[in-house]
Amino acid sequence: MQQPGRAAEIKAIGIGKSFGSFRALDDLTLDIGRGEFLTLLGPSGSGKTTFLMILAGFVQPTDGRLYSDGVDITERPAEQRAAGMVFQGYALFPHMSVEANIAFPLKVRKKSSAEIKRRVGEMIERVGLKGHEKKLPSQLSGGQQQRVALARALVFEPGVLLLDEPFSALDKGLRGQMQAEMKRLHQETGTTFVFVTHDQSEALALSSRVAIFNHGKLLQVGAPDEVYDRPASRFVAEFLGEINMLPLKGVRNADNGATGLCEDRTITLRGNASAVGGNAILAIRPEYMSIAPEAAAGENGIAATAVASTYLGAATRLDLTTRQGAKVTVSVPNEVAASALSKGNSVWLTWPAEKGFLLPDGGQ
Amino acid sequence: MKAYLSDRMGAALLMAPLLLFLGAAYAWPFFGVVNWSFTLPEPGLGQYGTLLSDPLVQSVFVRTLRIAAIVTIVSVAAAYAITVVWVRGTPAQRVIAEFCILVPFWISVLTRAFGWVALLSNRGLFNTWLQAIGFISEPLTLVRNEFGVIVGMTHFLIPFAVFPLASSMRSLDDRVLLAARGLGSSRMRTFWSVFVPMTRSGIIGSALIVFVFSLGFFVTPAILGGGRSVMVAELIYLRIFQSPDWGLGAAISVVLVLFVGALMALVFRYVRPKQLI
Repeated sequence: MQQPGRAAEIKAIGIGKSFGSFRALDDLTLDIGRGEFLTLLGPSGSGKTTFLMILAGFVQPTDGRLYSDGVDITERPAEQRAAGMVFQGYALFPHMSVEANIAFPLKVRKKSSAEIKRRVGEMIERVGLKGHEKKLPSQLSGGQQQRVALARALVFEPGVLLLDEPFSALDKGLRGQMQAEMKRLHQETGTTFVFVTHDQSEALALSSRVAIFNHGKLLQVGAPDEVYDRPASRFVAEFLGEINMLPLKGVRNADNGATGLCEDRTITLRGNASAVGGNAILAIRPEYMSIAPEAAAGENGIAATAVASTYLGAATRLDLTTRQGAKVTVSVPNEVAASALSKGNSVWLTWPAEKGFLLPDGGQ
Repeated sequence: MKAYLSDRMGAALLMAPLLLFLGAAYAWPFFGVVNWSFTLPEPGLGQYGTLLSDPLVQSVFVRTLRIAAIVTIVSVAAAYAITVVWVRGTPAQRVIAEFCILVPFWISVLTRAFGWVALLSNRGLFNTWLQAIGFISEPLTLVRNEFGVIVGMTHFLIPFAVFPLASSMRSLDDRVLLAARGLGSSRMRTFWSVFVPMTRSGIIGSALIVFVFSLGFFVTPAILGGGRSVMVAELIYLRIFQSPDWGLGAAISVVLVLFVGALMALVFRYVRPKQLI
């Protein structure tokens, strides 16, 4: 079992990478804490994978410095960085057995054969591959190959484990299982995990912090609930999940929040960043909105007409239009949806003051 | 009117000229050769008995296998190095490698054999130079012996060894090499313990092709061996054209064809025919 003290602490300062005239990564400054589970999230081409490759040492940054435990490792070649890496598609050695794959990093480090045998045995047990030691990767299922890749990357107790979309090839059920397993491995090893994905639910479920990338820039980094509930930009708000956006006029600061007018009703926001003044966009996650016959005075609410519903099993997704034509989506219990649709014009959407937040008008 | 032929009919029609040609030019004459081996000069297995007991025939077979084995090892090793550059080098390196691989195909095997005679003979370029710089005092015997044959054959066969290797190197997943380096393996170690094993099918295919080609080589050994380093194909030629011993020549041919056939069967167990091009 690894000492948590061995986990690496990484500091990236002003990291940039250009491929010709294409700026893949721009001025990235980020601290990755010891033993943290950081997810790099973003659409494809957002720079998240480039940053992971820079961390691994496979790609040289064009600007900036990279430190591991205070030591500058910007120019250090990949084989000397001792970062464990799990690739998309696993990149197992096809000509080696499961055992030999996992033993490889230890052999390279010239460990004694007794130690290799012991540690490989422990690792195989830990990832649940007992009985498959002698098989070749091609004889394993996707989930089992994934386990071999994890075991191979963790067996030499690296200070940091880098994971490049490791679950993209797995079906949904297996993905959930492997996610749980990875979370457990993170807790057991105490190693710093840096995980790349484009799947926001995966990012929110697994990480201690999420870093959101777009167009080569790091937009926001924070705990999952922080970035989900208080996104700093429209892109982050939309990328992390469905969001309803309503125009808000005459925004001004109020005590512990802000107020503004939305379709002639006063809306209050609490515990939010300061208002910019003038117009802004009010954003609310669909799950925080409820349907009510009336909105009480002083309560946040907006009148809307239900236009369509989609049955999702556990709930129904309801599409509504406000009087001034803004589109809103909510997720409600099935029977609520049915009655809302039958009532036509008369529903109100309400939400608690602390669940709405402001985005700069038209801002990204 | 029947508008279309079925796919299978179409394929059969397209293949027919080739199959007819192969049948008429190779299969039918070969049956004749098989027939000779059992009937000349008298019916029976006599020629196969000679083949098993005649020390000359046996020494030629042993020499042929030895030369083919050495040529195979040297050609595949050299081709491997060239192919690594060709497939994984910088753009400029690739162009140079491609040039080195393709140019030999444009020069006839005869020209190349005589070229090597000119380079390797007693008063050839190598010996003259080596004597001029005082490295040797007497010319080395580099030709009209097994050494000359091996040099000439290796030179001819390297390009053929390249293609199976190139195909296996191209299909290799780069991420596996990155993974090895990320796990702490040096470039050297990654090459020997990951890259080379992963191109195993290419190495096997390449080696078997070179070996099979070597077994039937005629022109190069005849010229560079100078009659002193006779290989099987030349022995067959001598038995048929010089000492009228058609029965023995035919029997040697049959054994050679069967041996090569068995080796080819082995090739196709390891490598798909497509990979050899």
